[in-house]
Amino acid sequence: MSGRRRLSFLLDRDEWLGPFMIGPAVLYIVLVLGVPFLLALYYSVSDITVGSRTLGFVGLKNFASVVETTKFQTSLKNTFVFAIVSQILVMVLGTVLALALARDFRGKWFVRLLILLPWVAPISLGTIGWLWILDSTYSVINWTLEALGLIGPDGWYMWLGVPYLAMGSVILIQVWRILPLATVILLAGLTSIPHDIHDAAQVDGAGFFRHLFQITMPLIHPIMLVAGLFGLVFAFTDMIVIFVLTRGGPYDTTQVLASLAFFTGIQGGDLAEGAAIAVFLFPLLVAVAIAFLRVARRTEVM
Amino acid sequence: MAAERARRWGFRAGHFGVVGLFTVFTAFPFYWMLITTFKRESDLLKRANNPFVYNEPPTLENIRVLFEETLYGRWLANTLLVGLLVVVITLVLALPAGYALARLAGRWGERLGIGIFLTYLVPPTLLFIPMSRVIGDLGLQDSLWSLVLVYPSFTVPFCTWLLMGFFKAIPPDLEEAAMIDGHSRLGAFVKVVVPLSMAGILTVIIFTLTLVMQEFVYALTFITAARNYTVSVGVPTFLVHGDVYFWGSLMAGCFIASVPIAILYNFFVDRFIAGFTVGAIK
Amino acid sequence: MAIVEARGVSKRFGDVRAVDGVDLSTKEGEFLVLLGPSGCGKTTLLRIIAGLERPTAGEILIGGQAVNDLPPRARKIAMVFQSYALYPHMSVFKNIAFPLKAQGLARDEIPKKVEWAAALFGIERLLERKPRQLSGGERQRVALARAVVREPAVFLLDEPLSNLDAKLRASARDELQQFQRRIATTTIYVTHDQIEAMGLGDRIAVMQGGRVRQIGTPTDVYNEPADTFVAGFLGSPPMNLVEEPDALVGFRPEHFLPRAAYTDAASLTALPFRITRIEYLGADRLLYGVLEGRFEGARVIARLATTVEAAVQAGRTQEFGVRARDFKFFDKTSGLRTAARPL
Repeated sequence: MSGRRRLSFLLDRDEWLGPFMIGPAVLYIVLVLGVPFLLALYYSVSDITVGSRTLGFVGLKNFASVVETTKFQTSLKNTFVFAIVSQILVMVLGTVLALALARDFRGKWFVRLLILLPWVAPISLGTIGWLWILDSTYSVINWTLEALGLIGPDGWYMWLGVPYLAMGSVILIQVWRILPLATVILLAGLTSIPHDIHDAAQVDGAGFFRHLFQITMPLIHPIMLVAGLFGLVFAFTDMIVIFVLTRGGPYDTTQVLASLAFFTGIQGGDLAEGAAIAVFLFPLLVAVAIAFLRVARRTEVM
Repeated sequence: MAAERARRWGFRAGHFGVVGLFTVFTAFPFYWMLITTFKRESDLLKRANNPFVYNEPPTLENIRVLFEETLYGRWLANTLLVGLLVVVITLVLALPAGYALARLAGRWGERLGIGIFLTYLVPPTLLFIPMSRVIGDLGLQDSLWSLVLVYPSFTVPFCTWLLMGFFKAIPPDLEEAAMIDGHSRLGAFVKVVVPLSMAGILTVIIFTLTLVMQEFVYALTFITAARNYTVSVGVPTFLVHGDVYFWGSLMAGCFIASVPIAILYNFFVDRFIAGFTVGAIK
Repeated sequence: MAIVEARGVSKRFGDVRAVDGVDLSTKEGEFLVLLGPSGCGKTTLLRIIAGLERPTAGEILIGGQAVNDLPPRARKIAMVFQSYALYPHMSVFKNIAFPLKAQGLARDEIPKKVEWAAALFGIERLLERKPRQLSGGERQRVALARAVVREPAVFLLDEPLSNLDAKLRASARDELQQFQRRIATTTIYVTHDQIEAMGLGDRIAVMQGGRVRQIGTPTDVYNEPADTFVAGFLGSPPMNLVEEPDALVGFRPEHFLPRAAYTDAASLTALPFRITRIEYLGADRLLYGVLEGRFEGARVIARLATTVEAAVQAGRTQEFGVRARDFKFFDKTSGLRTAARPL
């Protein structure tokens, strides 16, 4: 049998075809994600910098020195605040919006387009839009507040320049950005509930709130968790919004681990320390992944 | 009964109000971008001017500056180029993988599918530091090829999951009929399944392009030469000269790169959801 | 316990008239079946009665009260859906308890009622299970228990037996009927299965194209069909219809027997019948064939019980006959039943 015929018969067998078809993708992922990951771990225990040609092993020195700095501690705290607050808001608002979008109405296609914009548009560009809206000198929000008589001409808020306001603004824009994604996922969950169940609940006498809290929400629980975990991962590890809006300021009040890693490692050139900071993101991810797998197993509600 | 009708109208008004409020929240920045694009700089930079109206007549100057005096046009081209190349690579890797997971993998296929999907969640901020070094060592620093190489790392996992969902939705009978007619399974895949999934594949293409356009961290890290920026990075870093922001052109740049792709995306969202949930909700 | 009335009820979805001017009135405590093919409007009508759809025209009265503006929960009805619509995330107990909780029943009274409803259908031991752990038949009983527990005035059932396998259906039908006799609540039951309808209904309303074609006892609709549709829909195989110059003549397969099978040949009309194919079904034989003579070429079916001794053979023409009173006459254009006349 010629080699070519042998190959084609081999491919006819599903046990060979399967790995053959999945192989390239898995190989690619393992290489492009796995190798840098291992490198990240390795760098974090080395003394590598952008310019250095060699790697020296330094043990946990990077971690020790980094953890002691107030910059790091503030960043860690900020990361949690940023991620958790923004995600809670996203889930609550996303649920409300998904419920509102679950019924058909005129112009729904267009409304959906408008709702999707923050998520589909390149993140940096949407954020720059907010930069303009929140600009301390020309902010349209400030202008409107003054026009409505709610603040005086000297009372213009520096949305991005004052510590707590800056964090609030950054959280707001993160929520703005992730809300469409959460809504779309939740909406998918809502539409997967068989219509019969809603009818039965109506006939059984459930009022609006009972119907919502005892029937609808429990049934989309699994998918709420999926949406929540997604958003949480993004929020914990994201830096784009912060980078564009505040660069981590004012005075590190909006600095998070991811942005700190960037400034230390790439801009600062200290790859080892930057890697050490970034490595802290890993345990968070693992926790999220485990929670996600647990949920995936419990998803068989129907 | 009047109470019932009043209740229903109140409900409708509330519903309209909620949807309206959210829509304004999400869409306002883009509306604002659009208005600012056509405003004269002298109009923009006066604090006293009502920003909601054109106090001076609208102008196309900002757009002209954007395309003629900056590298914006080139950035758009760069982004498109990277996008198309990444789409090709993603399809080459994800199409067979998605099919194999949908049909050929059995029990461990479920696990592997979820595993692959989860790698989408691995954040660029965890890997970008060692990656920058590797890219430098490979001599791809400042080259768009660095992005082409690395971007599939997040497009492939998600697209594999999506395609798995789309393929699962096609009844296996069709491939089996093709195999009885003389095709191999691979042949059946290429000749029967792929043509039937065109809508799904198109969705994957659009989704990949969106992901590529949005990506920021790697692009910011790997590329420093202004000629080679993608739109996502070029606009924030280059159009800001020190403390002077050319808001008009900036907003024009943001709008042009955001809204058209969003409109395109909106056509495919339903399919996207369908593919996403077939895999997630067994 | 109440009478349900539909007065001039219509429902349009865009250009489609799903329900087209239906007038209906149940009797106190009766089991009324809405029978018809898919798309005839029977489910839509049921949903309108339930309050899940608003009629485009007409009104519904339950117990003498106009309920058009009342939501389902205010109508004192209970409904069993084709898919049972059990709440998948709740146990059987919680499923049955749900309507009671929604009603605001005191917490300590709920378990008693749930157990009573469960006992009616013999599902007490299933109370802690979840719906996905139950078989089709068990799920159906849970759905019924959930409907019964509120002691509604009207039961509405939407093809509740269609998801069961054939063997289970017969026994489920029997149980359902016994149950309804016991609680004597007015019941409206939707189905496309004419055997179910005949077996369960006190009266049957045959629907087609959004309208009620005939409403009557099983005997009425079977023996005295109001039009060709009803005649053709009830009975398996359907009524034979042959053409006269000015009318359609119908006779049921079981009334079309070999001459020899009749003891009294008095009012018999002879019909020569050439059999082309015989199906042996155990208790019956179905004889497919073609008439000769007066109704030359008409394809008809005869149904011969195996207990009837008569020699029949495919390929031969035999003398068959139908009694005069077993002929039904229909108008050719409208399909409506006309008066009997000699053939």
